[in-house]
Amino acid sequence: MSYIKPKFEHPRAPKNALGYTRKEYEGSLSTLCAGCGHDSISAAIVDACFELSIEPHRVAKLSGIGCSSKTPAYFLNNSHGFNSVHGRMPSVATGANLANRDLVYLGVSGDGDSASIGFGQFAHVIRRNLNMTYIVMNNGCYGLTKGQDSATADQGSVSKAGSVNNFEGIDMCAIAIELGATFVAQSFSGDKGQLIPLIKAALSHSGFSLINVVSPCVTFNNNPGSTKSYDYVREHNEALSSLDFVPVKEEITTEYDEIDVKMVEMHDGTFIKLNKLHQGFDPQDKLSIINALQVARQKDEILTGLLYLDTESVELNDLIGTVNKPLNSLTEKELCPGSEVLEKINAGLR
Amino acid sequence: MSSINDFVVRFANVNGTGSASANSLFAKSIFRMGVPVSAKNIFPSNIQGLPTWYEVRVSEKGYLGRKNGIDLMVSVNPQSLKKDIASVRPGGYFVYDSTKKLYEEFLREDINFIGIPLMDICNREFSDPRQKQLFKNIVYVGALAKLLDISFEEIEKLLSEQFKGKEKLVIPNVKALNLGGDYIAENFDYPLDFRVERRDLVKDWILIDGNAAAGLGAVYGGASVVSWYPITPSTSLVSSFEKYANKLRKDPETGKNSFSVVQSEDELSAIGMAIGANWNGARAFTATSGPGLSLMNEFLGLAYYSEIPVVLADVQRSGPSTGMPTRTQQSDLLMAAYASHGDTKHVLLLPSTPTECFEMMADAFDLAEQLQTPVLFMTDLDLGMNEHMCPPFKWDDNRKYNRGKVLNAEELEAAQDWGRYKDVDGDGIPYRTLPGTHPTKGAYFTRGSSHDEKAAYSEDSDTYVRIMNRLKKKLETAKTLVPGPEFYQENNESEIGVIFFGTSRYAAEEALDIMRADGLKIDAMRLKAFPFCKEVEDFIDAHKQVFVVEQNRDAQMRTLLINELEVNPKKLIRVLNFDGTPITADLIIEPISALNLQSI
Repeated sequence: MSYIKPKFEHPRAPKNALGYTRKEYEGSLSTLCAGCGHDSISAAIVDACFELSIEPHRVAKLSGIGCSSKTPAYFLNNSHGFNSVHGRMPSVATGANLANRDLVYLGVSGDGDSASIGFGQFAHVIRRNLNMTYIVMNNGCYGLTKGQDSATADQGSVSKAGSVNNFEGIDMCAIAIELGATFVAQSFSGDKGQLIPLIKAALSHSGFSLINVVSPCVTFNNNPGSTKSYDYVREHNEALSSLDFVPVKEEITTEYDEIDVKMVEMHDGTFIKLNKLHQGFDPQDKLSIINALQVARQKDEILTGLLYLDTESVELNDLIGTVNKPLNSLTEKELCPGSEVLEKINAGLR
Repeated sequence: MSSINDFVVRFANVNGTGSASANSLFAKSIFRMGVPVSAKNIFPSNIQGLPTWYEVRVSEKGYLGRKNGIDLMVSVNPQSLKKDIASVRPGGYFVYDSTKKLYEEFLREDINFIGIPLMDICNREFSDPRQKQLFKNIVYVGALAKLLDISFEEIEKLLSEQFKGKEKLVIPNVKALNLGGDYIAENFDYPLDFRVERRDLVKDWILIDGNAAAGLGAVYGGASVVSWYPITPSTSLVSSFEKYANKLRKDPETGKNSFSVVQSEDELSAIGMAIGANWNGARAFTATSGPGLSLMNEFLGLAYYSEIPVVLADVQRSGPSTGMPTRTQQSDLLMAAYASHGDTKHVLLLPSTPTECFEMMADAFDLAEQLQTPVLFMTDLDLGMNEHMCPPFKWDDNRKYNRGKVLNAEELEAAQDWGRYKDVDGDGIPYRTLPGTHPTKGAYFTRGSSHDEKAAYSEDSDTYVRIMNRLKKKLETAKTLVPGPEFYQENNESEIGVIFFGTSRYAAEEALDIMRADGLKIDAMRLKAFPFCKEVEDFIDAHKQVFVVEQNRDAQMRTLLINELEVNPKKLIRVLNFDGTPITADLIIEPISALNLQSI
């Protein structure tokens, strides 16, 4: 499926606070299969960035290898992109962030990229609490090599060819919480209403934000028996909460004293309004979510929504005491100690 | 046979017993007397309990390479006793701890034994158990000073410098020193027939290891992001960067770091971070050794193909696989030059002294950014981890970093039809942009997949070939930017040439002196970089036979020369040392003299 993307834009297309239209956040035409969940996620990224009024060129989008990792070409054409090597996007994102802490870092990866070949980098970027949003487009299979099971395929899930997966599937959210992720969410590519505010909240979080999005592979893993098919996910999706993202300037008019609603203030002064659909669960309480994830697993439920949030998060640059000024903007004067100092060093080596 | 300022002392210790600082105190005191000295650690990949040796060569003529033949052995390690006694040259000396008697069967008639009851002396004179152990080392330094006529005053000065702020420690150290000296004075004839005499041969030179120098060079070269994974023998390079950066790169107002160092989870991540940081406009590097370089291959291919500058320091050790992790070699050359799958070629720098480590490490960042490609700084364990006497570091305050072709917002605004991979200037080097520069111009997608001049994905054969050929052209430009070779004669005078590089320099220069003194005419060239520039080709063309000296089994530099310059293989003769110890002059003289005799 490849068409020329229409250049037409409605003259009265709505503009965001920066005066940009949604078009300015879009990318090139997707070459993924028609109906691919990943395209919905790309669209949600475009909406989230547009609505948040992020300057597109202040975003750096990075990916690894695989179908999911192709998507940065399909959103934010005015952002620099980096399609790295398989499973190694986290290290490239880390280096980029160390060089310029002022940009917004958006990483896109898949289940093969993050749960298999790049599992090590996935774990360690979380430990370091790198300030980035990390979206896993999780379809339980290797799409680009024609449908082999991935490490997130659930035990017992049936492939298109009819074989049953014998191995334990990796729960990306559970492992991320265990490793110290400070923002963990799960969603479904078919639920734009939930996904967009989650992406907005993740982008507003200072520290590592994981959004694991179940994103069915229409070509290789959408068959009956698959636990990552559209039908299965719709049936087993258990939303923990619905979420509204409240920008910093918006006046809070509603009364939020209802028992099921929680307002969480983000690092940048924005708020998340959480409408709890489940009792006995608090996204700021790690134990309650670890427990909820285990229970859901036993019941074959996929918990979605904001799972965990640490509002006290300290991101990597602050953890290691780096100056506020981006390192890539340091001048030669700030970088080079000069000949006088060198002469003293020489003297100490005699 | 008496000799002044020309001998080799070897220390046999147990690692983890504090001998290293005593031994380096010994070496530095000779340096302070104005006499050229070189010291080499021969140590195991272990923290405590295994044999370790420290070899000090004193050379009036300033030869700093390793030399065969031990004039004096200091033995404080019973594990290696037999081997150590056997290794002393006939007529040489064996200094040992006589608290325990030597086995009769180990004794030799043709060497002199000097027994000092180190353990007895320390047990008697010191009460603290730690001191009893540590001061054994200082006692033998005192004994050696007496035997070799080394100035006690210089050693005491060094001790007070070492313990500045902890003056209480100087007194017992000096006491131990004198205990050793006094024991020799009372029991033996001194000084020996070979000894140290004060000179003024060291001039303004400094004593430092290559890793420390390279770390400092990176600070001066403007590196602000370092990502690394610990591996011997490169670890101290990053420690040095961190040490100097902590002193010299603190923001005066906030006390925060104007640099970041991240210890990564593995070498894949280390190079990935360095590439990410460079992509984003910071000067970043990683440091590793052979096994790490193996792991970094894939990323080097990405940096080459997507044209991202990055500096990688490879402190080479003996391979393959884990090999001998604490022994030296120059055996990563081929892998470094052609790292990654597909057609690639990388820029290599080949420093030979700590001074060059400092300079080339700083220059590496300019080169990498000018060429938008990886630059591999290739040193080795001998250079990296041993202290070498070398000219002082210099920095020109008028020097400006060469950041290469990076477009800023105004330039982007003015640019017509910019494309990330367009060869505008005909030198194969395109113009790059950094993320966040301009709201609507200059954004592109960096990728390791085939791309066209505008960075768009393309599987079109013509496009692919065009880009690959341009990358080849870029490496041609590199030949004009990398440092050219050093020659050891104004004009070629011989049909025989010798080529060497890196730490083989020390032994090669000595060998040249000896051969030339013997009347042998021979031309020499020291390589400093890859790809090879025209002068390298000319030197080979101008000679009938060329010896290529290197420290690996398979003559990797020779292979590179043959492959890159299409030299007739018969013309290049291998001179190899790959046993893990630094090459000696003898090893170089032997094959060259043999051929010369033949041709006469």
